[in-house]
Amino acid sequence: MATGDIPERFPLSFGLNTFGDRNGDADGKPVSHAQTIRNVVEEGVLAEQAGIDFFGIGEHHTDYFPMPAGDVVLAAIAARTERIHLGSSVTVLSSDDPVRVFQRYSTLNAISSGRAEVILGRGSSIESFPLFGYDLGDYEELFEEKATLFAELLKGGPVTWQGNTRSALYQQDVVPHTESGPFPTWIGVGGNPHSVIRAARLGFRLALAIIGGDPARFAAFSELYRRALEKFGQPQLPVAMHSPGHIAATDEQAMEEFWPRWRDLIALVAPERGFAIPTDDSFAWEAGPHGALFVGSPETVAQKIAKNLRALQATRFDLKYGMPGLTHKALMTNIELYGQQVIPRVRELLAEPASSS
Amino acid sequence: MEVGTAKLPRLAVLGAGHVGPVMARLALRAGYQVSIATSSDPADLALITELLIPGAEPRRASDAIADADMVVLAIPLHRFSGLDHSMFSGKLVIDAMNYWPSSDGILEDFEGSAGSSEIVARKLASSTVVKALNHIGYHELEENARSAGSPGRRATAVASDSPSGLSDVTEFVDRIGYDVIPLPSLVAGRVLQPGGPVFGLVLARPEFERTVRTEPLPAAAVTVAASSLAGRGVSEEVGYGNW
Repeated sequence: MATGDIPERFPLSFGLNTFGDRNGDADGKPVSHAQTIRNVVEEGVLAEQAGIDFFGIGEHHTDYFPMPAGDVVLAAIAARTERIHLGSSVTVLSSDDPVRVFQRYSTLNAISSGRAEVILGRGSSIESFPLFGYDLGDYEELFEEKATLFAELLKGGPVTWQGNTRSALYQQDVVPHTESGPFPTWIGVGGNPHSVIRAARLGFRLALAIIGGDPARFAAFSELYRRALEKFGQPQLPVAMHSPGHIAATDEQAMEEFWPRWRDLIALVAPERGFAIPTDDSFAWEAGPHGALFVGSPETVAQKIAKNLRALQATRFDLKYGMPGLTHKALMTNIELYGQQVIPRVRELLAEPASSS
Repeated sequence: MEVGTAKLPRLAVLGAGHVGPVMARLALRAGYQVSIATSSDPADLALITELLIPGAEPRRASDAIADADMVVLAIPLHRFSGLDHSMFSGKLVIDAMNYWPSSDGILEDFEGSAGSSEIVARKLASSTVVKALNHIGYHELEENARSAGSPGRRATAVASDSPSGLSDVTEFVDRIGYDVIPLPSLVAGRVLQPGGPVFGLVLARPEFERTVRTEPLPAAAVTVAASSLAGRGVSEEVGYGNW
């Protein structure tokens, strides 16, 4: 394998992720939570028609991301599609019960005839902790224990487990059984090397969430993951990257639609999350060739995806599309352009030998 | 970096999460001898060190600290109270931590009006505590580092009640890549905390000094160099799906 080429053992795949970003109408007024959720169903159905491989819904509990029960929405999409894989992006496992998560997604797997996936996260938007009565002080133990139990549940067969974060299980048969073994499960990681090693130890796939700075700096994490898989005697597994973005006919249009909503969203969450409020200049940098925002025309975005998949030795790219306030129509256009133009172009770029850069 | 590196203080970095490996790499690049320690499995630390921090020495925390002149605290603040504080006795300690109730949970000790580094200093009474590098996003620490004299070099402040500690850490931070504005007390260092006027902002020295003196920040003072998007608040398994 030449340096810079993508590992051949896993097929390339391309996904979309949404947090149920509350849509705006043509006049900029927010539409209802309910309408936003119905729109997400239409977006998932269109994603399959546009040739996209995966559609993921991230758990959130806020007025601007009214999406606490993504699995229900995924079931509706499953009933109207045949090929696209459907999953969480992410499930906040720390504030959920691993048994229930397994049951919900193995039910989705049944409905969709084997198209379910799960991306587990520890949660950096932490609104689910007080909502479900969990203590943030237990953040790390909650995730470690629950991820370990989830790995056991995925194996199928009766589970015996004991820990501090939920009641023990003894030879417990957990239904529904899957028809053909475990469904793909990933851990979403934001840049902590210990989390990368945990994903390898438990045999989960690795999804790198990159929302700021140069994505190429995560290259060492892919290598760390591969080496850790070897060390733990696990088979090699694919690496994904997830980043936010927006695609429109031209760079200018994409920026114009995305930027004010991105600024408003980050300004809203900045005090709690320690983000600086983006400026015109910082946004231009992030949306430029070295940043982590995939905003622009199909060609601009395709070039950037291809470059970063190569840098990270990753075989899956998930575009987190949408932003609170964007219209459903703009999102549908984004999905069509991503499926019909960006993905074929990325495949074409990656089929060429890597340039020396 | 060429001359006199043999006399540079030996550095121990505590924490191999988001921040620790970045600090360690910057220090190695500037010629420092660096060891790194975590609370996790030594085999995991060895692998992290080999791949992410080549040149550093993975060690047990107590050994790393015992042999170091300068210790960087790059762990989540809620882990700090669980450490054996006597290990730090007589050491120069760089506190790069922040208090994030949204990921640390509520820590009663840090809930008052005092700055988090003041509380850390009270608990490490026999150490010299310097607040530094807490207000630059971890992903920017390497991207924005520049050699001394570079035009528009990013500025950062360090704060301490100890003049000698302040001077030592000023030299360290300058060597790893930043213009330094020394603040003469940890109380003065409160201005560097999350929510403060310089937190997460990319500013060169003149704008930084002006901003520290005059809140609120004039919008025009924000410079271009790089993104300030993801600061230190982003906790671990960030998600995605869950930023």
